[in-house]
Amino acid sequence: MNDVLYMAWRYVRYHWGKTVVLLASISLILFLPVGLHVVVQQGAEMLTGRAKSTPVLIGPKGSAVDLTMSALYFRHPNPESLPYREVTRVTQTGLAIGIPLHLRYTAGGQRIVGTTLDYFEFRRLNVERGRLMAMLGECVLGAKAARALQADLGAHVLSSPAGAFDVAGSFPLKMPVVGVLEPYGTADDEAVFVDLKTAWVIEGLTHGHMDVTKPEAESGVLAREEGNVVANASVLSYTEITSQNIDSFHFHGDPDTFPVDAVLAVPKDRKSGILLRGRYEEGDTSVQMLVPLRVINELVETMFSVRDYIVMAGVGVGVATFATAALVFMLSIRLRRREIETIRKIGGTRRRLVGILAGEIVLVVAAAISIAAALTFIVSRFGDEMVRVVAG
Amino acid sequence: MADIVIEVKNLAFGYRVGGFCLSVRALRIGPGEKMAVTGPSGSGKTTLLNLLAGIFVPSAGQIRVLDIEVSSLSAEDRQDFRALRMGLVFQEFELLEYLDVLDNVLLPCRVSPALHFHGEVRARAAELLHDIGLGDKLHRYPGSLSQGERQRVAVCRALVTKPAIIFGDEPTGNLDSSNRDHVMEILFRYSADTKAPLIVVTHDKELIGRFDRAVDVRELAA
Repeated sequence: MNDVLYMAWRYVRYHWGKTVVLLASISLILFLPVGLHVVVQQGAEMLTGRAKSTPVLIGPKGSAVDLTMSALYFRHPNPESLPYREVTRVTQTGLAIGIPLHLRYTAGGQRIVGTTLDYFEFRRLNVERGRLMAMLGECVLGAKAARALQADLGAHVLSSPAGAFDVAGSFPLKMPVVGVLEPYGTADDEAVFVDLKTAWVIEGLTHGHMDVTKPEAESGVLAREEGNVVANASVLSYTEITSQNIDSFHFHGDPDTFPVDAVLAVPKDRKSGILLRGRYEEGDTSVQMLVPLRVINELVETMFSVRDYIVMAGVGVGVATFATAALVFMLSIRLRRREIETIRKIGGTRRRLVGILAGEIVLVVAAAISIAAALTFIVSRFGDEMVRVVAG
Repeated sequence: MADIVIEVKNLAFGYRVGGFCLSVRALRIGPGEKMAVTGPSGSGKTTLLNLLAGIFVPSAGQIRVLDIEVSSLSAEDRQDFRALRMGLVFQEFELLEYLDVLDNVLLPCRVSPALHFHGEVRARAAELLHDIGLGDKLHRYPGSLSQGERQRVAVCRALVTKPAIIFGDEPTGNLDSSNRDHVMEILFRYSADTKAPLIVVTHDKELIGRFDRAVDVRELAA
């Protein structure tokens, strides 16, 4: 047996080019349907898992999938937003708690999630180090975000402008890191959490600046009339919120009209959830209420359909590949006729010859199965990650 | 050792296609005898060799080799008998391109269940290769060797099992005179040392004179 395998090994090693091509094609044909099945299965589990834990979602009218993906996975939100009063409205029904999500800004590529402390309770998120944000301007990092930003307790994170054409002048806000969350293997790991009001500060809706009633700001004051003060740009706006300047931060406008991108509605019980959905279905047409699980189930069904088509195509390609491999093998036996005759002449038995030729097939197929298994293992190990990257 | 190593009586053989027939009334080959088989192309020299080696089975007559009636053995027993008792050298060397020199020499031990591969055989193979001047090329592949070197490797493959009989089918047909002499010297020396008969098909008139006798295959039928 050892001699047979040794001879087979020497053959496949010497003809490494042919072996590599066979290995690559067979292992890919084996891996593609299995790997795809694993990825889709894991993706479906991950998507539905997070959707299951999010009973009701409210957002502006538009694509239900976009709203779900942005609220669950912190993808870039729709341009349309909701006024903050929708959060109050949900809570005031007494049927659910409304948790706002503001998702328009990033810090070093990580999404800044403006929300309230209810979000941490709802998702059962705990800090590994430090504490949750307590003061305007503070931030808490997800485990992966902390690594990506190379920031820990005591460090500062700088918000990025919304875009190159952000002429409204949302200044980058320097935010102290007060906590780092435990890793959860969800989108929360990659987020920079701030209080909703801090998100509004980043957006420029809330701001702080030098006290224009003080003499040192006098040079920037253009006019004073009926309690209003008009100042020029020399009046210094704060880009970091500290205990010294926090009192100077104030709203311009009615906070009820300030934007949020989605509202997670957490019903008190199942009946409350049904009643809440009923109210929204009858009422306002400028907002949509949806059940994320239904949206995700539709998405997952589409994923399964696509997977099935790919697997069917893969089976066809697989049959063609194996037929080609069989043809290559048969042709190689014809080309090796003299070698086979020589082995017979010097005393090699038919059984050994068949063993050597079969050994070559076994080695290639076994190696291809091992490669396919290794690839499947890698995919199963990092499948969640891949789906999250693809999901945005 | 018996006086007669190979004895052929009233042998007849015909190919199914082509109509060629070979017949041998009687042929005896003794220990250590060096016999050249001659004759024009297509006269049946290689066929005779294949019959004596048990590769072909005669349609009639007897072939006794080392007191064993070879034609009465089963196909597998003939394979084993050949592996254990005979060494074969071919005109085209017939080395396996994917095995290095050492593994080519050890090939019979790997493909025949009658032989066993072990350290002693490996040492003998290496020693044989050293003796014929290929000691520094044990792990080279046949493709990188000259014609003469390849035939010397093929000779080592035939001798590694310490055969009782050596057959050569025009073993020097593709070699220049210097390599021819080298290869034949190795075969003659082995035959002389071990008393193994050496039966070689050849067209080379210069070479024929060095054998104990030369047999024209056409005359064997008489």
